[in-house]
Amino acid sequence: MNSGSPEIIATLVKYAVMFGVFINVAPIMNWVERRACAYIQDRPGPNRVGPLGLFQPLADAAKFMFKEDVTPAAADKLLYLMAPVLALLPAFTTFVIVPFGPDLTVGGRTIPLVVAPVDTGVLLFLALSSLAVYSLVLAGYASNNKFSLLGGIRASAQLISYELALTLSVLAVLLPVNSFRLSDIVAWQQAHVWNVIPQILGFFVFLVASFAETNRLPFDLPEAESELIAGFHTEYSAMRFAAFFQAEYTNMAALAALGVTLFFGGWSLPGVHLTGWLGAIVGLVTLVAKIGVCMAVFVWVRWTFPRFRYDQLMRLGWKVLLPLSILNLILVAAMTLAGWL
Amino acid sequence: METLIFLIFAALAVASSLVVVAHRSPVYATMSLVVTLFSVAVLFVLLGAPFLGALQILIYAGAIVVLFLFVIMLLNLQKASAAAGRRGGQLWVALPGALLFVGMVGLVFWRAGAPALQPLTADLVSLKGLATALFSDYLLPFEIVGLLLLVAVIGATVAARRAPDGEASRLLPREDFVGAGDEPRKEARS
Repeated sequence: MNSGSPEIIATLVKYAVMFGVFINVAPIMNWVERRACAYIQDRPGPNRVGPLGLFQPLADAAKFMFKEDVTPAAADKLLYLMAPVLALLPAFTTFVIVPFGPDLTVGGRTIPLVVAPVDTGVLLFLALSSLAVYSLVLAGYASNNKFSLLGGIRASAQLISYELALTLSVLAVLLPVNSFRLSDIVAWQQAHVWNVIPQILGFFVFLVASFAETNRLPFDLPEAESELIAGFHTEYSAMRFAAFFQAEYTNMAALAALGVTLFFGGWSLPGVHLTGWLGAIVGLVTLVAKIGVCMAVFVWVRWTFPRFRYDQLMRLGWKVLLPLSILNLILVAAMTLAGWL
Repeated sequence: METLIFLIFAALAVASSLVVVAHRSPVYATMSLVVTLFSVAVLFVLLGAPFLGALQILIYAGAIVVLFLFVIMLLNLQKASAAAGRRGGQLWVALPGALLFVGMVGLVFWRAGAPALQPLTADLVSLKGLATALFSDYLLPFEIVGLLLLVAVIGATVAARRAPDGEASRLLPREDFVGAGDEPRKEARS
């Protein structure tokens, strides 16, 4: 708390860098998602605004700003206005614990390239991201619309069910490393092997659970447009709707950043050991590239798989993923005790 | 700086916990509970126990209170809330409960005495110290809490189970669930 001003400036600069990366995810992904789904469905997609339709997100943003912002007369005003803000808050705080490069020495000071180098690292990420569910539930409740309410109820049960499996799969990664710090996990993977190889089971659980945690198809039951219109955000319009949109993509990117850091070496590349400014820049580019691959998988899965039924979703979460993640935890604990990891 | 953060979040914790017990709407009360838990988590971090702070948010604010909201929405307590707020019986349950709590805290202070009240050391609030204490000195209470939770889970499953003849659950009447969204909620708000 009582750190000197150079550290505060360094933290602000680091946050600005990460914020710059994550704020741009939504407009870029908007374009990628629409072009990719058009490609998968064998149609052109948005291709009129700018080269390859690249300026379409700008046009969309302008449209959102000038659209009428409707608040339903029977809505609970305060909660209705709070919900989109609550959606953005965890989305733009979770990435502070993700490291994006090796330690940097500037003017005799060693600066770890992570916005918040705290001991509880991963736990802080899980804690903050677990608060995201309130925005969905409150949006569903405050809209005073039966479809929204059903979406909110679905969101609360779904997110809690999959959070368990997600957390257990993350815990297994921490066992051989013996630390909650993501930078220690990256260092461990640099010294040994990417976690995805010994913990392929845990990675599978993490992957499936992160689709459910971000409400993406095949698990987008809280919005399920064919049965609930748009679920929890049916009544939202203009910039408030855009806020939910932004939060969804930022949450995806944050979970992708956590996933690549836990299972794919984070900012590091095998065999590459750069330091100084070059190392920092290569680290950041590597991390962003790895997140980009994950986002492409998110899009690919969304437009390839049909939506689950709600009972199927619950059965998968409690009867398949949860036992699998516990099995993975026991396996990894045994391997760690035996000294194989 | 630390004093300022403490004052802000301590005040927030007290104010929001007052809203929890005083507000008519169960949804507002539940959301205030989230604010209370979050503020207390910040206080934990200020006391040098970031692990407890993170767990407080992860488990209580992030999971258990979400289930409260889930139940409130399923049961549609809006209509009942106005009447429930004035129910006199509540006082006669709440008062002995509060007295019991104050008595227990007082007993702890009285039995332990002033010299036993020392600040927590860094290695006790660390993850390792906490785990060692839980799984060695306090293993029996820890296991008993686990058993208590198991009993609660079985109890909840039995209570929510559908009757064999296909009738809906006794605790969640179906008409409440169907009507949850269409009821105009305005009259419950003041």
